[in-house]
Amino acid sequence: MSAQIPEVRSTEQLREKWMKPEVITGSEILLRSLLLEGVECVFGYPGGAVLYIYDAMYGFEDFNHVLTRHEQGAIHAADGYARASGKVGVCIATSGPGATNLVTGIATAYMDSVPLVVITGNVATTLIGTDAFQEADITGITMPITKHSYLVRDVKELPRIIHEAFHIASTGRKGPVLIDIPKDVSAALTLFEPSSDAVNLRGYNPRMVPNKLQLDKLVQAIEDAERPMILAGGGVIYSGGHEALYEFVKRTEIPITTTLLGLGAFPSGHELWTGMPGMHGTYTSNMAIQKSDLLINIGARFDDRVTGKLNGFAPHAKIVHIDIDPAEIGKNVPTDIPIVGDVKTVLEMLNPEVKRAAKADAWRTWIQQMKMEQPYRYQDSDSVLKPQWIIEMLNDTTNGEAIVTTDVGQHQMWAAQYYKFNQPRSWITSGGLGTMGFGLPSAIGAQMAHPERLVISVNGDGGMQMCSQELAICAINNIPVKVVIINNQVLGMVRQWQELIYDNRYSHIDLAGSPDFVKLAEAYGVKGLRATNKEEARKAWAEALETPGPVVVDFVVSKDENVYPMVTQGSTIDQMLLGDA
Amino acid sequence: MSTRHTIAILVNDQPGVLQRVSGLFGRRGYNIESITVGQSEEAGLSRMVIVTTGDEQTLEQIEKQLYKLIDVIKVINLSVSPMVARELALIKVNAEPAERPEIMGVVETFRASVVDIGSHNLMVQVVGDTTKIDAMIELLKPYGIRELSRTGVTAMIRGNV
Repeated sequence: MSAQIPEVRSTEQLREKWMKPEVITGSEILLRSLLLEGVECVFGYPGGAVLYIYDAMYGFEDFNHVLTRHEQGAIHAADGYARASGKVGVCIATSGPGATNLVTGIATAYMDSVPLVVITGNVATTLIGTDAFQEADITGITMPITKHSYLVRDVKELPRIIHEAFHIASTGRKGPVLIDIPKDVSAALTLFEPSSDAVNLRGYNPRMVPNKLQLDKLVQAIEDAERPMILAGGGVIYSGGHEALYEFVKRTEIPITTTLLGLGAFPSGHELWTGMPGMHGTYTSNMAIQKSDLLINIGARFDDRVTGKLNGFAPHAKIVHIDIDPAEIGKNVPTDIPIVGDVKTVLEMLNPEVKRAAKADAWRTWIQQMKMEQPYRYQDSDSVLKPQWIIEMLNDTTNGEAIVTTDVGQHQMWAAQYYKFNQPRSWITSGGLGTMGFGLPSAIGAQMAHPERLVISVNGDGGMQMCSQELAICAINNIPVKVVIINNQVLGMVRQWQELIYDNRYSHIDLAGSPDFVKLAEAYGVKGLRATNKEEARKAWAEALETPGPVVVDFVVSKDENVYPMVTQGSTIDQMLLGDA
Repeated sequence: MSTRHTIAILVNDQPGVLQRVSGLFGRRGYNIESITVGQSEEAGLSRMVIVTTGDEQTLEQIEKQLYKLIDVIKVINLSVSPMVARELALIKVNAEPAERPEIMGVVETFRASVVDIGSHNLMVQVVGDTTKIDAMIELLKPYGIRELSRTGVTAMIRGNV
């Protein structure tokens, strides 16, 4: 017997293999089409209606599938993968409960414009509409939270639909697209003819190139402005426009604030960067917006957490709004100069035209002074651990270079405030929907996208319990995520609102009965560490960083810490509670 | 200021497309006064005509949000141009033999027609713009309307556009 020559696995050869026209099942068509779209890994969970699909995976080594422990874990992982990589995230779930378990994740991705292709099984076409076992109208259920959706009725349409889905998810304003595949379609045999590259969608032509006339108006407005301000959002990162943004700021020297989803779009060490705006933003950002005479929104959507009370938002400013989604312009804030287009394209067209905002010197001085006088601050302690101190420690020990994912609540805001991001796609958080349970699975996805980078998942002790089952994935696949728990034994953000707005009427916020997180980690075969003071914290964190695999670090922190500054709901953003630090 | 608008929407004739459009109106809080759907001049495309009320900003949002639906090809605000808007109503009205000549008088004046005669009632068909049909209904009310069915408005811009 001659020695076996290992198969050469060049991408070209693989593609040729995947594209081979053969009579195969809908399931095999699905897997091959996904590979042809460049999908590196898929997160999923099997079940009755996707048995043919999972059967097609059996022994198909080209296809990389990660079995999560809950469908919600699968979709958040796909989301984290997409946000960290810029590619389309993919997840698979079965019909009925499998599909409905994805709903929160789909809405999360939709609100934050994350490109996902979500594949669900459904009962056979002959059973649809009969209330069959595990039947749910998932295309109907998800219509308001998907960019588009398909119910595949004919296996011959599958290659085209998959190709369209990837195109729709990843272009224009990105978002989740759902493909629902009935069981008989995934079983049906047909001749596989890969979809051509061309996409024929008459009703879908995202506008990339802006109207030149509006650009000229902006160039003039910058020249005239005395108090110009940039408000940059997630659109900068999603369009790959961070370098163009840097150039824009370098040329115009206009101060810049970045929204929660825009963190990392601009280096936080830059002297013109004022931090985050809005409900828990910096004093400088909010005051600057309120005083500005020209507010240039670049790829943000004037979310209510940023604007506060709309009537009274940026009252003196001429509003410029650059966005790829025309529906965002004028939706919340009346706009003087609307610029519809891809952020990167717009900025690259603007950059040769714009000059230094020459009338804004006094303004720049004032911004610097505010930054100095009003940084984020907290009262540190040597007796109890302060959550802000922990985030500062994470930042200092990693030079702001880690990928940080978070859950939702106080720890999320502290991470946003105290971790200093310098690169795009390093900050992964559920901003629009505010989804608890997002922190851990999204970190798994981010780590899959960047095996070489350090990924830190910052969680509260509440949200940690919403998807903690995914620790199993870290253990079994040796995904070296460092899971940080800011453990204050309460639902902190709810407690903060109840203290400040509901007269200390603390209702159902006590998380007594939570597991011992060290033991929980160990139960999954993951290293668990705990720290209750600074010395232990430094030691535990150093050990976590030195450990090659996944680690859970339970930081037990003070219970009654609030996130400041804070703008309460219904106030304009210059009415800030600054706390007593 | 809130005013009435008639919007035509050209959509892919796909399963679920009506749900996509009506769902959008529902979840964003836009009003639908009437909605009609049918074939258009092009195979594979349907034309919807929706009558809605709202101010300028709402109308702008409706158009933009509709365009975000992949199956929406074109949105036309008909109300900004001279348009022909028509709906059809079937009205079953009480009509004892003695009252019939009087009712027939109303029907003729409105250029409506009687499409069915029962022993105690008539079915009247009327075509026209919304105000005409409203007026017709008002005039038939005293006789006792047993059943009323309106199609909702369909509309088109006049002339060569």
